Amino acid sequence: MSQVKVPVVRNILEANERLAKANRTIFDQAGIFAVNLMSSPGAGKTSLLEKTIDGLGDRYRIAVIEGDIQSSYDAERIQRKGVQAVQINTDGACHLDGSMVLEAIEALDLDGLDLLVIENVGNLVCPAEFNLGEHHKVMILSVAEGDDKPLKYPLMFQTSSVLLVNKIDLLPYVDCDLEKIRQRAGQLNPRQQIFEVSCRGGAGLDAWYAWLETEIARVRVNRG
Amino acid sequence: MHEMAIAESLLGIVLDESGRHGITRVNRIQLQVGALAAVVPAALTFCFELISRDTIVADAVLAIEMVAVVVRCPECKERFEVDNQFYVCPRCGPIPAGLDLTSGRELTLLSIEGESGDEDESSESPCGEEYPRGQ
Repeated sequence: MSQVKVPVVRNILEANERLAKANRTIFDQAGIFAVNLMSSPGAGKTSLLEKTIDGLGDRYRIAVIEGDIQSSYDAERIQRKGVQAVQINTDGACHLDGSMVLEAIEALDLDGLDLLVIENVGNLVCPAEFNLGEHHKVMILSVAEGDDKPLKYPLMFQTSSVLLVNKIDLLPYVDCDLEKIRQRAGQLNPRQQIFEVSCRGGAGLDAWYAWLETEIARVRVNRG
Repeated sequence: MHEMAIAESLLGIVLDESGRHGITRVNRIQLQVGALAAVVPAALTFCFELISRDTIVADAVLAIEMVAVVVRCPECKERFEVDNQFYVCPRCGPIPAGLDLTSGRELTLLSIEGESGDEDESSESPCGEEYPRGQ
């Protein structure tokens, strides 16, 4: 019996990274633009998806993977819009991971698909740490949550390529300073694109659609 | 709340490395956790104890080194530790843009200590000298 010390230096989340890479290969080969959509509960992820399907659904084939702790309520909302939706129930887990998404992809018809949105579990902390194989992370912050959120959840803001500030129609009723959000998010992630929108009224969504269309076209060229 | 997922991944790697290096009982595991990972050390330790109970890792000490968030100011290039999540350079004041993160996102296993079996006579020198350097 002898004592051993083995230096290792391995990323603890390497298994998830491997699965995320496998997912990414599937998306790239099929020419599908994949988005990991994250926010706190109630910020408007599913409403944004419904609007996006209304705005782009006639020109692009869209599918959705819905992540929730419980219920298939969101997947049913999306299916009513006439697009493919697969529900993942995490049974308590606070985030999606690469293996859950891989399983969900297998249940989808990827043929001719342009855009896949993976709606993560509502949570501003844990989902930021787990790559799913997406091309971009996109986050929503609703103005009712307050302008301090970039200070409190820095990793989410740091890793998201796009920040949608939603529910701007509520600005007159809440103490939220858009300039502070821009400034604080900009400190954390200067390359982040910010779109100020209202999913309820539709304000500002055209810029979001335009961003999606550019990215869809960029990934679609891979399609054989 | 993502500590359980991290504990499960960690246990997988520790068991894998132990098998590879002939470790039959793990005593100590050293890891680095960046402050941005939002991991609660006590929760991670709790989860890890729970899932490693019936393995050669049971009772191992989880030595968690927390790594502070360090950024480099785009203006003066000085590295400084972020205090209270406010990105203010001690020399230049608030950083408008171009923040360069130097540390704080670590989730890294550094080393495993334990007992190696020595059951078979073909001694492969499992003692501490010839560490494979980390890749």
